[in-house]
Amino acid sequence: MLLEARGLEVHYGGIRAVKGIDLAVDEGELVCLIGANGAGKTSTLKAICRLIPSRAGMLRYRGEDIATSPVHALPRKGLVMVPEGRGIFRQLTVEENLAIGAYALGGGDPEPQYASFPRLRERRKQVAGTLSGGEQQMLAIARALMTRPKLLLLDEPSMGLAPLMVAKIFEIVREIARQGVTILLVEQNARLALELARRGYVMESGAITLTGTAGDLLHDSKVREAYLGEGVA
Amino acid sequence: MDTFLQQLVNGLTAGSVYAVVALGYTMVYGIIQLINFAHGEVVMIGAMVAFTVINALAPGGLPPLVVVLVGTACAIPVCMLVGYSMERLAYRPLRGAPRLAPLITAIGVSILLQHLAMLVWSRNVLAFPQIIQNTTYTLAGASITSVQIAIIAVCIALMGGLALLVYRTQLGTAMRATAQNPHVAGLMGVDVNRVIAATFVIGAALGAVAGVLYGTYYGVAQYTMGSILGLKAFSAAVLGGIGNIPGAMLGGVLLGLVEALGAGYIGDLSDLCAYGWIADLMGEQCDGGHFILFGSNYQDVFAFLVLIVVLVFRPSGLLGERVGDRA
Ligand SMILES: Nc1ncnc2c1ncn2[C@@H]1O[C@H](COP(=O)(O)OP(=O)(O)OP(=O)(O)O)[C@@H](O)[C@H]1O
Ligand SMILES: [Mg+2]
Repeated sequence: MLLEARGLEVHYGGIRAVKGIDLAVDEGELVCLIGANGAGKTSTLKAICRLIPSRAGMLRYRGEDIATSPVHALPRKGLVMVPEGRGIFRQLTVEENLAIGAYALGGGDPEPQYASFPRLRERRKQVAGTLSGGEQQMLAIARALMTRPKLLLLDEPSMGLAPLMVAKIFEIVREIARQGVTILLVEQNARLALELARRGYVMESGAITLTGTAGDLLHDSKVREAYLGEGVA
Repeated sequence: MDTFLQQLVNGLTAGSVYAVVALGYTMVYGIIQLINFAHGEVVMIGAMVAFTVINALAPGGLPPLVVVLVGTACAIPVCMLVGYSMERLAYRPLRGAPRLAPLITAIGVSILLQHLAMLVWSRNVLAFPQIIQNTTYTLAGASITSVQIAIIAVCIALMGGLALLVYRTQLGTAMRATAQNPHVAGLMGVDVNRVIAATFVIGAALGAVAGVLYGTYYGVAQYTMGSILGLKAFSAAVLGGIGNIPGAMLGGVLLGLVEALGAGYIGDLSDLCAYGWIADLMGEQCDGGHFILFGSNYQDVFAFLVLIVVLVFRPSGLLGERVGDRA
């Protein structure tokens, strides 16, 4: 088990945004977490990378309890997140954004990233805020890859992108998974996510209501109705 | 004409010191949006430590330059420690608190350091031992001293070094990333607390040198010297656009120049007897004399006046741009 959460809870003041969920990701898997707006997906990912504290529950990464790790210690252990809304450093150049990704390792060669994302190489001296939305997402992913992750958490990488770019980003995610990186993918676009992933979790108002193989979920009548926009046949 | 050149030289000297102090304000503001009012006191402590060391070594017969260098070398680590401690003990526990809390704390730290300095160095104005042979060079009607040249050169070197650090090193990149978005910087493995502490320590080191330069230049040091110097340097940072590093450099130099030119001309400009019709009105009071409304002691007012005027037209300072998104 690469990542294991048990009874994970996140509270914001009096609001229980995540209500004691169980979630596990095995080495080499591509797992998706789908759910409506406000279901608690982002809160779950943030709690896993310690960006926000969890109120209760157990959190293990490679067998190690990470519930009290500081945020910045996790990339060094191979756990990194591409945050919702990309979170690129808009006033830094593409090159500098990538350098921050390598910061935890004390530096690193951006060449492999430029090879996968030729667009970024062309724009490496450009300030990241001037990139297009799709390019920014590529940069956010490339920056996370600079940490040489074992487990990559992706929070809605397709957000705000045109269909063609969405397809491209999903292709990139598939390629990263093929290279052996374990991925936990949060997506609004449930169909694409389930077609890509091996397993999935469905989250509703802070709780996991359904889990199974991607194939099963794709054929589940409740999922089809609620997330794939289909009437029940 | 020579007044102009002379005040240019004087202004450049004072301005380059302001610029180095302003960097300490702007770097801290840039990274945690805190106006560290206690930074002026760090500069004062730098001057005081150097004073003590120089005073102790002066009679020893060492070359004067060595004495001043040793004084500076002692002031720097002391100030770095002060800078680190204030961040660690006073500001870090308030991270995430409403902005007013650290601001008030900064004022408190400033008062605390001032009074500690008073206990250690007394209330008296301390005369910096004038051990350096001050050669004066004449240049197109203006004179420039070797100390002035040294001050300007040191400040340029410090600013250049800082620019290299901030724009060319990994730590500098991490500082700028943290300034833009500390959460994401942390997610990428940057230890944000360490980067913030480093920012304080670097600012304090610059402040230490500035304190020594200031003390050497004006020949005096006192436990209160940090307030007005700090206020001016802070104004310089705001003038250039607070949070903006080149802005602090520009603002500091500009403030020094404006202040010096203002001081140089305000007497002549406000001499009522120089204006024919007023002189007529004033009659015998002006017979062969002057009636100067504002003397050069108004130079501080002049500097702040310019600050206000600039802020009216460019609220974010000369080089500052409103950073819209901190996503
Ligand atoms: N900082 C916060 N303070 C208070 N409440 C919050 C905060 N962040 C999230 N919430 C609340 O927690 C709940 C879960 O939010 P979260 O962002 O985890 O949802 P999500 O599943 O990622 O939604 P989306 O698909 O829209 O991104 C929401 O009701 C939200 O309003
Ligand atoms: Mg979300």
